[in-house]
Amino acid sequence: MNQVHQSLVERLKSNLEITEDAIRYEHGEVTLTLAALDLPASMTLLRDAPDLKFSQLMDVCGVDYRDYPSKNRCSSRFAVVYHLLSIDLNHRVRVRVFCDDDEQPAVSSVVDIWPSANWFEREAFDLFGIVFDGHPDLRRLLTDYGFVGHPLRKDFPLSGHVEVRYDPIEKRVVYQPVTIEPREIVPRVIREDSYGDV
Amino acid sequence: MAEIKNYTMNFGPQHPAAHGVLRLVLELDGEVVERIDPHIGLLHRGTEKLAEHKTFLQSVPYMDRLDYVSMMCNEHAYVMAIEKLIGVDVPIRAQYIRVMFDEITRILNHLLWLGAHALDVGAMTVFLYCFREREDLMDCYEAVSGARLHSAYYRPGGVYRDLPDVMPQYEASKFRNQKEINRLNENRQGSLLDFIEHFTSHFPSKVDEYETLLTDNRIWKQRTVDIGVVTPERAVALGFTGPMLRGSGIAWDLRKKQPYDAYDLVDFDIPLGTNGDCYDRYLVRVEEMRQSNHIIKQCIGWLRKNPGPIITTNTKVAPPSREDMKVNMEDLIHHFKLFTEGMHVPAGEAYCAVEAPKGEFGIYLVSDGANKPYRLKIRAPGFAHLSAIDEMTRGHMIADLVAIIGTQDVVFGEIDR
Repeated sequence: MNQVHQSLVERLKSNLEITEDAIRYEHGEVTLTLAALDLPASMTLLRDAPDLKFSQLMDVCGVDYRDYPSKNRCSSRFAVVYHLLSIDLNHRVRVRVFCDDDEQPAVSSVVDIWPSANWFEREAFDLFGIVFDGHPDLRRLLTDYGFVGHPLRKDFPLSGHVEVRYDPIEKRVVYQPVTIEPREIVPRVIREDSYGDV
Repeated sequence: MAEIKNYTMNFGPQHPAAHGVLRLVLELDGEVVERIDPHIGLLHRGTEKLAEHKTFLQSVPYMDRLDYVSMMCNEHAYVMAIEKLIGVDVPIRAQYIRVMFDEITRILNHLLWLGAHALDVGAMTVFLYCFREREDLMDCYEAVSGARLHSAYYRPGGVYRDLPDVMPQYEASKFRNQKEINRLNENRQGSLLDFIEHFTSHFPSKVDEYETLLTDNRIWKQRTVDIGVVTPERAVALGFTGPMLRGSGIAWDLRKKQPYDAYDLVDFDIPLGTNGDCYDRYLVRVEEMRQSNHIIKQCIGWLRKNPGPIITTNTKVAPPSREDMKVNMEDLIHHFKLFTEGMHVPAGEAYCAVEAPKGEFGIYLVSDGANKPYRLKIRAPGFAHLSAIDEMTRGHMIADLVAIIGTQDVVFGEIDR
């Protein structure tokens, strides 16, 4: 860990009063894991603290950890990942919040803190079904009008559930269950660490 | 007399000024925009989902199709994220090639933006001028990768192949006689670097041509000055990046502040706006084209003097050379495994951002150690910009809305993903 990141980690610890294992440092990036309950207060602090000043919210995205192999990292299925950037102090941090409920995942919205969160949260709601409490206008964003399901969840098939075609008899476009077979060209494999080393 | 009420109107998705498939539901008071509700997703292809089902290498061409006017910059962010997780070093020559092509891409993007923006606002000639120069740059893409748009040229660990020693030439046909072809091939006699150098020596005068058409043009100024003003505070809060942020006067450029590849080895300036209106963002982008030209020149100078490897020698990431495969069993196996099973990226997560022509283009990659990404999130700059169109346009006229769409440089490949 270089000096810049070391001091950032120190400042994060002193401002947010968090434990050692909530901060991870990998590949030159600092990752904070916060509890869903403290999210609005911690995020406001991250934005306003004079030695942190994360003035920009770069990205919000959902992650579905259902099939993630090392399940011991957290028992929750869904997480929301925020990427923050400080323009004044030129540093970044990643904040991860696990949603407590796997069936109806929800976290607080940060639209009040960063207006740029608006569409990013709508997108995460659309693709993962994560509800952002306090969002002013939580509608679907990217998927079709009338779409059912949350396509980036791991239990949503790549081909989707319905396909659309023109029906010459009814003289309109109709939806019907997909007729293509699911296929996998390259199987997904995880090799053990020593694989391929002589 | 009947009471005049606000009415709603659809703008797009099939509208020439909608830059693709933008659908805006406008709430109007006469000709004044009261509220905008953008409906996006008409070009949603599920790139993030598709990438989870493809090996790491197979997703490189998908990146071209995100922001389809700044192809190589998207690839750059993607391969950098993989490189970060694997921890592979990129040869310095490959870094310079990437920087050079990133800047060629920036010029390509800004030329299309300038042409389309001017066309939306009513200046036809600029469009024709811009496409004239774009043609040469796309020939550079073609010479190096074989494709004029969707190049798929960058690879984790370097680039696909070295710059060609011969620039492809036009051939005579029944439509063009030999004399005409000779004139076209005049600047194609040497290598690709000679061709690019010829371009860079002429390009500043071409930028002057665009500026004579627009910068002091009374109509252009009437359409862009004080339109879509964004204060620096709002630009930061709304997640603006790139020229949209710099147009508001904030000196932030990832190439300078968080340099990647060889950007810390080249010299360039960051142009800044003062008022944060469409005109300032126009000036910023035009100056960026000049700066990009300057960077390309430096890269050409360096690349001429320093031959060397252009991709890593780690055969778990990049294929071994053809010659080695013929004599070495190990290399043959590596080649086979790399192109059937694909490379394995160690478990972990990384966020890599590049200064794409439109702003910060980021890739957040989560890997579980498999040969495919576990989760790939694409942070598109245009997404944040378009989400602010409501705030930028309130109180303006419909005609100004067109100028604001133009200044945002929206491309639906990246917004809808």
